[in-house]
Order: sequence, then structure tokens, then C-alpha cells
Amino acid sequence: MFLAHVDPLQASIFSSLAVMSLLLTFVMLGSHWLRNYVYAFAVQSWLIAALSASVGYFAGYPELYVIAVLTALFRGLVLPYLLMRIIARLNVKRELHAVLQPSSSLVLGALLVMFAFVIANHMNRQPFLAAHVVVMALTIMLSMKFLGFLMLAVRDEAVSQILGLLVLENGIFLGSQILVPGMPLLIEIVILFDLLIVVACFGMLVRFLVVHAGTTSSRQLNRLIG
Amino acid sequence: MAESLLILLFAAPIVAAVLSFAVRSPRLAEYATVAAAVLDLVVSVPLLLQVLGGPATLAHNYIRVDVLGAWVIVCISIVYALASIYAVGYMRLLDEDERLPVFYGLFSGFALTMLAACVMNNVGVFWIAIELTTLISTFLVGFEREAESTEAAWKYIVVVSGGISLALLGTVLFYWGGSLVLGPSYAMTWAALHKAAPSVYPPLLLVSFLLVLVGYGTKAGLAPMHTWLPDAHSESPAPVSAMLSGALLNASMLGIARFLSVVRGTSMDGFAHAAVVGFGIFSFFIASIFIVRQTGIKRLMAYSSVEHIGVQALGLGFGGTLGVAGALYHMLNHSLNKSLMFFGAGNAMRAYGTKEISHIRRVLDVFPISGMLWLLGAVGIAGAPPFALFLSEFTVLRAGIGSPYRWAAVAFVVLLIVVFIGFLAHFRAMYFDKAPGQQIPRLAGGVWRTLPMWLAFIPLLVLGLWWPHGLWQVFAHISQELMGGAQ
Repeated sequence: MFLAHVDPLQASIFSSLAVMSLLLTFVMLGSHWLRNYVYAFAVQSWLIAALSASVGYFAGYPELYVIAVLTALFRGLVLPYLLMRIIARLNVKRELHAVLQPSSSLVLGALLVMFAFVIANHMNRQPFLAAHVVVMALTIMLSMKFLGFLMLAVRDEAVSQILGLLVLENGIFLGSQILVPGMPLLIEIVILFDLLIVVACFGMLVRFLVVHAGTTSSRQLNRLIG
Repeated sequence: MAESLLILLFAAPIVAAVLSFAVRSPRLAEYATVAAAVLDLVVSVPLLLQVLGGPATLAHNYIRVDVLGAWVIVCISIVYALASIYAVGYMRLLDEDERLPVFYGLFSGFALTMLAACVMNNVGVFWIAIELTTLISTFLVGFEREAESTEAAWKYIVVVSGGISLALLGTVLFYWGGSLVLGPSYAMTWAALHKAAPSVYPPLLLVSFLLVLVGYGTKAGLAPMHTWLPDAHSESPAPVSAMLSGALLNASMLGIARFLSVVRGTSMDGFAHAAVVGFGIFSFFIASIFIVRQTGIKRLMAYSSVEHIGVQALGLGFGGTLGVAGALYHMLNHSLNKSLMFFGAGNAMRAYGTKEISHIRRVLDVFPISGMLWLLGAVGIAGAPPFALFLSEFTVLRAGIGSPYRWAAVAFVVLLIVVFIGFLAHFRAMYFDKAPGQQIPRLAGGVWRTLPMWLAFIPLLVLGLWWPHGLWQVFAHISQELMGGAQ
């Protein structure tokens, strides 16, 4: 594993990129405006692309450059564009009924990050010095999972839910760049394309929701219970 | 030989899907789908026999069929064949001829992705195949385009995508754990994971396994991640419900079985099995509560699927040859029986124009023959002899009594009785309670809708009376595969 020989400069580059991505998740969590979510998501994707490129450079995996370009292109440009189109079509600008106020969801999010850290700390047993990078990568991976699920749970708008799912996937992607840069290229490329299909499907479904269910807020999707 | 069978297996649904989308003729799409499905069924059995002699590989080892994969392929092909025959009769009732080619195209695509999942040797590609099943079937769930079905489709894709992303995280962590043993870059095959697992740091292994279990468990409908299932199963057209319940759940169970076999023999073995048993018994518990209080006919069937996926999880969790054999036999029997149940429910829904159990009365007056089959199917799915589910549930129970989880076996028996009473009480009301008075429009049986019910019922009865020795050999082989790791 390349992290065994990582020097402090590299470690701090990886850490700062990863931590900034985590902070952007908090930006999404703390805002009501759908547009802000999309911007934060786009920037987060660019940071992940930068992370891929730097891991590729320092650890000597040239194929990660391809991943970096594709990430920036798909997650940083195409997906935000598609999401913006959905938002424009829906004519919804912000979350109307927050289950939790942004301030309380921030506090809850912080607690979840601590929980993620506890788990990550238990999972790691690396003897070398840069072990803190491993723990940090695991922590951020898990906390973006938790935060994504938190967004899914407390947000009603269809677009927020799509973004929640994308945050879940961004977390995995970010962690896997640091932990397993040697993961076969094919898998990562297919997962990227897969995301594109996911968002396209969601786009179509959102249209169905408007036409047939008359709402894009999951609060009103309450016909099926029991 | 096995390779050409495999190519045929995948070519058939591809051709059917392409024809449906390209020609846009509803009749052609129907017949092409039925032909492809029947061909798949015919091909899947010799494929199983072939791989008994040794696994077949294709495409640089990305595709590998072992006996377990081939067995799930047989189960999926059976449901695909039955459901596409039934779909011909059922979908014509919807009066949406112009959208039928799209339906059949997606239908074959759905079958294709499930079959593909069974043969994927790369753990990452397996995840992708399972994810694709969700994306395609979402549009089948929402096909009727009413408020309810759109809502079900939305909940389905959000819940399942969220769940399945946990499985991806678990897969990445498995790969990471392996990379500390096998070196930074290796092919992520099931065999490689088997090799690496004993040397992986145990807490990491456990977290990875639990993530994968929850992820694929969401897709398989294990409680408490089952919340999408009753909505999706009840709101989709009846043939799609049968595919979701009889085929898709099996494909996800396959993932759980394979990962469970990866952790077997490590120090986390006991925890992993206990977790699977726990999810199994909890699913059974949740299902039994909702079955007793259910008011919708297809939701009743859906919760019964949660129950039976719980039985399969119990079988795998109890382990041993007996447990694995019981779980796999149950998979086949449940596929047959649940198809029969959804077909009957589809007929009743169309005839009475309602999904409410309380509005469906005197079924035998409307459907003398298929109604009888449906009633017998209900007796079977509640777990009564002489039908096949009795045998497989009994086998799982025997495995449970011999395992360390005897408490689960006891709970299993109690819950089985609850489900038996609750499920059949609904059927007693539907068949023998007084008619509500209004005139029920008669819906002619229709060969397309009755034939698949017979085709599901006859093997169900035969397999209940006679457990073929050949099947036992298949199960013994699979359980050896699972316990000994990949050869």
C-alpha cells in the first residue's frame, strides 16, 4: 500500500483535499437553497478529481489521471448541469418544509462525523506513520455516508434526495482514491457511467412525479403505507 | 459446450429486447419475449448440468458460472418464462397497446441484468449488475403511470440506491482489506476475496461484511430495509411483481450467500452467521405482523415475500449442507409459488377492479379453475404439505435445530404458525365470505393467464411429494463450493 511510504507533504495534500470535500457536504447540509447544493456538489467533485490526480502523481498510477478527467467532466460538469435543468423545470428554489432546521442538522452532522471517526479508528491497524491518513480517509468515507443518509432523511424535495444519493457515492469515491488507488480502472469507469444513467433515470422519474403524483416533495408521497 | 449455452442464454433476451424496441409492434414484442424466455429456461437446465462437472469461464475470467450461479439462473429463468407468458394475457387487459413494446423491451432487459448478475466473477461488476436491475425495473414498477405507481417507483429507486451504495462501500473495504494481503492491485474476483479474507484484520472484515449484508439485504428485502418492497410489488403490473419477487430477490440473495462464504473460516464467521440469522428472523417477524393486519391483496403477497426471503436468510445463516440445501430449495419453490400467487392476484385485481381484500369475495364464482389453483397456491405458500415449500421450510428448520441458533428455530416455528393463520384467514374471507351484492364483471380465464398458473402449480405439487435425488446432489455440490471456498 502506497500510504506506507507517503511523506508529510503528500499526506497533508491528501488530507486537506479530503477535509475540504467533507466541509462542502456540511455546506449542503446547512443550506435551504437547492442551487447551493448543486454548486457545493460540483466543487466537491472537482476536489475529488484533484485528489485522484494527486494520488495518481505521487503514488505512480497514471490511470488515475483518466479517472480524474472523467470525474471532473461527469461529476463536476454534466451531473450539475442535469440537476440544474431539473431544478429549472421544477420551479422549486428551496426546501420548504425542513424536518430539521439547518442549524440542528449541522450539529447532528457533527455528531455523526465523530461516530464515523470512532468506527474508523477501530477498523485500522496500520503500523506505519501515515496511519492518520488512513483513519482520516475512512472517517470521511463513513461520515459522507452518514451525512448523505441524513440529507435523505431530513430533506423532502426530489432534487435534494438525488443529491443525497450522489453524496453517498462521492464519499465512497473519495475514500477509494486514497485507500485503494490500484482498484481496476474498468470498475471505476463503469461506476462513473452508471451514475450518469442514475441521474438520467431520476430526471425522468421526477417528470413522472410532477405529472402523475402532482408533487416533487416526498412529504406528499404518502399514499402507500402499511 | 457450457460457453455456447451461456452465450445463448444472454443472446435470447438481448434479441427480444432489441426487437421490441426496434420494431415497435406489440404482438411481435410479446411473442419474442415469450420465445426468449422459454429458450432461456430450456438452456438453463443443461447449463446447470454442465457446470456440475466444473465451472465455465468466459471473457478473461470476468464471467464465471459455478453451480450456485447456475442454480439461481434456473430459478430466474423459470420466473422469466412464467411471467412473460402471463404478461401476454395480462398486459392486453391494460389497453395500452402502443406502450407494450417498451414494456417488453424493459422486461427482457430486466431479466438480462439479473441473469448477468449471476455469472459475474468480479465483485465490482456484480454490484453494477445489481444496480442496473434497479434502474431498469424502476420504470417497470412505474409503468401504469398512476399516482401510486409513480410514488412506488420513486421510493423504490431512492431506498434501493441508498442501500446498494452501502454494498459498494463494503465492497471497496473488502478490496482494501485484500490489498493489504495480496498487494495493491489485483483482480477483484470472489476467489481472490476468499484467499485474502483469513488474513484481513477482523474488525475491518466484520464492518465490510455488515455493510455488504445491509446493502444487498436492502435489495433482497430483508427487514428492516424492506420498506420499498411492499410498495413496488403491489403497484407494478402483476408479471413485474412476479419477476421482482421470484427472481430479483434471488439474485440479491446470491450476493449475500457469496459474501457469507467469503467470511466463512475466518474469526468473524460466527458474527456473520448470527447477523444473517438475525436479519432472517426479524424479517419473518415484521412480515408476520403485516400479513395478519393486511388490507391490500398484492401487499399481502409482498409481505409474504419478505417472509420467504427471511426463510432463505435463515437457511444460509444456519449453514451446514442441510441449511444451504434448504435455502436453495426454498428459493426454487418460492419462485414457483410466488409467481402463482401474483398471477392469481393479478386476475382478481382485474376482475374486481380493486386491490382491497375486503372487496374481493366469492372468488370461485368468478374463476372456477384458476381460482382453485390460487387457493391451493395460498395453502402451499403458507407452508402446508403436500406442497414444496413445506419440504424446504422443514429442511431449514432441521438445520436450525442442529445449529447454535436453536432459539431462532423455535421463533421460526411460532412465526410460521402466525403467518399460516393470518395468510389463510384472508383467503377464507375472499373465497367463502358472503358476496357484497353488486354484480361482479366476469373476466374470462384466458389461456395466457391460466396456463402459467398450471405450469407453476404442477411442479410445486410434484416437488412437494418427491425431492429428486439429482437436486440433492446439486445442493451438496453448492454447499461444498460455499464452504470450501472457490476451487
